[in-house]
Amino acid sequence: MTPPPVLSVRNLVVEIPSRAGISRPVNNISYDIAPGEILGVVGESGAGKSMAGNAIIGLLDRPAHIASGEVWLNGSRIDNLPLEDLRRIRGRQIGMVFQDPLTSLNPLLRIGDQLTETIREHLPVTAAQARERAVAALEEVGIPAAAERLDSYPHEFSGGMRQRVVIALALCAEPSFVIADEPTTALDVSVQAQIIALLRRLCRDRGTAVMLVTHDMGVIAEAADRVAVMYAGRLAELGPVRSVINAPRHPYADGLMGAMPSLSIGQRRLRQIPGAMPRPSKIPPGCAFHPRCPRAADPCRVDPPPTILDDPQGRAACWFPLEHSA
Amino acid sequence: MIRQFSAFWQSDFGWKFRHSPTAILSALVTLILVGAAIFAPLIAPYNPFDSSSLNLMNGFSAPMAPNAFTGEVFLLGTDDQGRDVFSTILYGMRVSLFVGVLAVLFGLVLGVTLGLIAGYAGGRVDGFIMRVADIQLTFPAILVAMLIFGIAKGIIAPQYRDQMAIWVLIIAIGLSDWVPFARVVRGATMVEKNRDYVQAARLIGRKPVAIMVLHILPNVLNPILVIATISLALAIIAEATLSFLGVGAPPTQPSLGTLIRIGQTFLFSGEWWILLFPAATLLALALAVNSLGDWLRDALNPRLK
Amino acid sequence: MLAFLIRRLIQSVVVLLVVGAVSFGMFRFIGDPVNNMLGQERTQADIAELRDRLGLDRSVLVQYAVFLRNAAQGDFGVSYRQGRPVADIIAERAPATLELAAVSGVMALVFGIGLGVITAIKRNSWASSAIMTISLVGVSLPTFLIGILLIYVFSVQLEWLPSFGRGETVLVGGWSTGFLTQSGLVALILPAITLGLYQMTLIMRIVRSEMLEVLRQDYIRFARARGLRERSINFRHALKNTLVPVITVTGLQMGSIIAFSIITETVFQWPGMGLLFINAVQFVDIPVMAAYLMLISVLFVSINLVVDLLYFAIDPRLRIERAKA
Repeated sequence: MTPPPVLSVRNLVVEIPSRAGISRPVNNISYDIAPGEILGVVGESGAGKSMAGNAIIGLLDRPAHIASGEVWLNGSRIDNLPLEDLRRIRGRQIGMVFQDPLTSLNPLLRIGDQLTETIREHLPVTAAQARERAVAALEEVGIPAAAERLDSYPHEFSGGMRQRVVIALALCAEPSFVIADEPTTALDVSVQAQIIALLRRLCRDRGTAVMLVTHDMGVIAEAADRVAVMYAGRLAELGPVRSVINAPRHPYADGLMGAMPSLSIGQRRLRQIPGAMPRPSKIPPGCAFHPRCPRAADPCRVDPPPTILDDPQGRAACWFPLEHSA
Repeated sequence: MIRQFSAFWQSDFGWKFRHSPTAILSALVTLILVGAAIFAPLIAPYNPFDSSSLNLMNGFSAPMAPNAFTGEVFLLGTDDQGRDVFSTILYGMRVSLFVGVLAVLFGLVLGVTLGLIAGYAGGRVDGFIMRVADIQLTFPAILVAMLIFGIAKGIIAPQYRDQMAIWVLIIAIGLSDWVPFARVVRGATMVEKNRDYVQAARLIGRKPVAIMVLHILPNVLNPILVIATISLALAIIAEATLSFLGVGAPPTQPSLGTLIRIGQTFLFSGEWWILLFPAATLLALALAVNSLGDWLRDALNPRLK
Repeated sequence: MLAFLIRRLIQSVVVLLVVGAVSFGMFRFIGDPVNNMLGQERTQADIAELRDRLGLDRSVLVQYAVFLRNAAQGDFGVSYRQGRPVADIIAERAPATLELAAVSGVMALVFGIGLGVITAIKRNSWASSAIMTISLVGVSLPTFLIGILLIYVFSVQLEWLPSFGRGETVLVGGWSTGFLTQSGLVALILPAITLGLYQMTLIMRIVRSEMLEVLRQDYIRFARARGLRERSINFRHALKNTLVPVITVTGLQMGSIIAFSIITETVFQWPGMGLLFINAVQFVDIPVMAAYLMLISVLFVSINLVVDLLYFAIDPRLRIERAKA
C-alpha cells in the first residue's frame, strides 16, 4: 500500500512563444512524489529542470506559460487556479528554496521580520506566536542563539547560515511539498553536505515531499530516493536512485553517470558526452538526444522514443535502452 | 563627399538611423532650424534690427491678417514695435544657436583639457580637479551661470555690457557644463596611461602626452559627440532661461529667450503670437537636439546609459 | 560610520569655506565696496569709518576671516540697492520661497514615488506608457515655458487661478505665511506645479527604473514563492530597496528646487529669495548675491549630510562596510 502522492505532474508542457516560433523548455513530463520522498531532478543546465519547478509553483516569467498538462497537489488541481488562490498555496503548501542564499534574502529587512511576515501571512497566529514560531524554525535549521539572531540582517550571516535561513523561511508555514532549486550550488563544498543533510532530515521528520533540482549527481546520490533525468525538456529516465546510478537504461543517463567522478572509481578516465544539449528552440525531431547518442539508429531520428515501463519502479524513454543483467 | 555619405548610409550606424523614425525626424527638424538660423539674413523678409525699415503703424499685426493701418500682411504677425515676428525668430535663433554652440565648444575644450590633465597627472592634481567638479555639480548649472553673469556684470564697465553680454553668456554656460567631458576623458586617459606604447615613449625620452592625446581622442570621440549633443540642448535651454530672466542676451540682440520674455508681457492683452511662435521654436529646437542626442547615445554606445 | 560622517563633515566645511571665499572675493574686489555702500552724499569721515569697519586696511586673510565671522552671525552687510541690511531683506523674503519649495518638494516626492512605483508594476499597461511619454516631454520642457503655459491656460483662458503674487499672507510669529488664507493657498497652486513638475518627473523616472531592477532580484522571487501579497512585495520589499539611489537623486533635487525657484518666482512674480537674487544680479547688488550664495550652499551641504545619514538609516549593510572603509 503506497500512500497517495503529495504531488502529481501529468504531461506538463511549458511553452515560450517568440518571433522565431514556439519553444518547449518543458515537454510532456509526468511524475509523482510521495510524502517524505525526495525526488532528484537532474540534467544539464537548460534541460528544463528549474522551469518545471517554476511551472509547478506558478512562478513562470512571461511569456513562458503552461500550455497543457496538469499539476495536482494533495488531491486538488493547482495549475489552473486563479492568481490569488495560487498565492495562498505558495509558502503554505509549497515551499521553495532558491539557489543563491546571498541574493534570496531581502538585504534591508531583519530575518525575523521576513520570517514572521511569512508565518502571519499563512497561519492564524498573533505577532507573539509568530515570533515564537520563527525562533523555533531557526532552531530547527540549526542556527545557534536563534532568539537573538531574529534581529540580525542577512549580511550578518555566512553563506551556509543564510541558506539555513532560506530553508527556515521556505518551511516556516509547514508546507507539504518543497521545491529545492539547486540549493547547494552556490555554497562551499564543505557546507553542501550539511545543507543536504539538513534538508533530508527535515523532510523525513515532517513527511514533506521534496523535488530536489540539481545538476550535481553527487547530491542526488546522497539525498534522493528516486531520480528523474531530464534532457532537452523531456524526461529521459525515472527510477530509484540506486538502479539509475548502477544500471541506467537511457544512454544519456548512462553518459551522465559516466561523467561523475565520485561514482566512477576504478575507471581510468571520466567519460564525456560528445556535443552539447540543443537549445529549446532547436530540438531535433525524433529522440532529442539522437545526435549525441552512441546507440542512435534510424527510428531515433524520426519518431519520439517509446516509454519503457517494464520495471514497476521506473521508466525510460528510449528506442534502444541499455540492458543490464540482474 | 558623396561616396563618404553613401559609406555612412550603408554602415551599421546608418542602418540604425534609417530605421529610427525619431532619429530621422529630429535630425530633419534640427537641420531645418539650424539652416534657417544660418541663412537668416537671406530668408528673413525684414531686418528687425534696422530701425529705418520699422513702421510703428505695423505694430500688433495678427498673423496672416492685413494690418489695420497699412494693410501689410505678416506671416507670423508683428510685435508692439512693428517688427516682423518671423524675422525676429530667425535672428533670435541665430543668437540662441551661436551662444549654445560656442558655449558647448568652450565647455568641451575646457573639459577635455582638464580631463587629460587630471587623468595623466593623477594624484593631487587629479583629486583637486575632480573635487572642483564634484562641488560644481552640487550646484545647479543655471545658478553657476547666473553667478558668473552677475560677477561679469560687476567687472565690465556699463557702456560695454550689452555688446559683451553674448560672450559672458557663452563663458557662463560653458563653465557650467565642462564636467561630463572631463570625466569621460579622464577615464580614458587613465586607461591609456599604462599602455605599453606610452611607457615606451617615456623610455626613449619622448614626452608621451602628444602621442597619448592622439590615441585617446579617437577613443572618446563617440561619448564626446553624445555629451556635446545633449549639452547643446541643455545649453540652448539654459541660454533661453537666462535671457528670459533678464540676465542673458540684451534686447538689442535678442535670443529666443529674450523674445519669450518680451512676448510674455502681451500674454494678457491677447497678442498671443508674439509669445507663442518664439516659444514653439525654442521647444522644437530643444526637443529635436535632445532626442537626437538620446538617440546617438543609444546608437553609438548602449553602455553609456 | 562615525569616521565616514566626520570625513563628510570636514568636506562640507571645505565646501563652505570655498563658497565663502567666492562670496568674499565678489564683495571685496568687484567695484569699490566703500563707494557702493555709501551714497553720493558722503564725507571723508564716513569713508574712513566704513573702511575701518570693513577692515580694508588689514590683510586680505584677516578681511576674509572678518567676512566669515560676520556671515556666521547673519551679518551680510548692507544691500547696495535698498540700503538696508541684507539679513533683514532675506528674512523678509525667505518664508515665500520656503513655503513654495516645501509644497513643490512634497508634491514632487509623493507623486514622483507613487507614479514611479505604479509605472514599474503595471509596466505594460497603456496608462504607464502614456505617463512615461508625457514625462519625457516634461523633462525636456524648460521650466519657464511650463509656467507660462499654465498661466495661459488657468489664468488667461479659464481665469481660475491667479497668475502672480502670493495672495494674502498672515504674520505668524514674524513668519508671513500664505497657508492660512484662501487666496494664499490658491496663489500657491500654479507656482508649486511649475516648480515641482521637473523634479517629480525625475524622481518618477528613477523610482521606476530602480523598481524594475529590484523586481528582477532573487529576493523578490523568493518573497513571491513564499506567497506574500503583491502589496507587501511591492511596497515593503521592493520599494525599500530602491530608496538609496532614489534618496541620492531626491536630495540633490530638493536643493535644486530652491535654485530653480529663481525661475518660477520670476514667472509668477513670487516675492521670494529667488526674485531677490535675480534682481540683485541685474543690478549687481553684490552683498545680496553673496548672501544668497552662502545661504544656498549651507542648504545644499546640509541636504547632502542628511542624505548620508539616511543611507545609514535605510541600509544596515552600510553601517558596517562604510565604517571599515
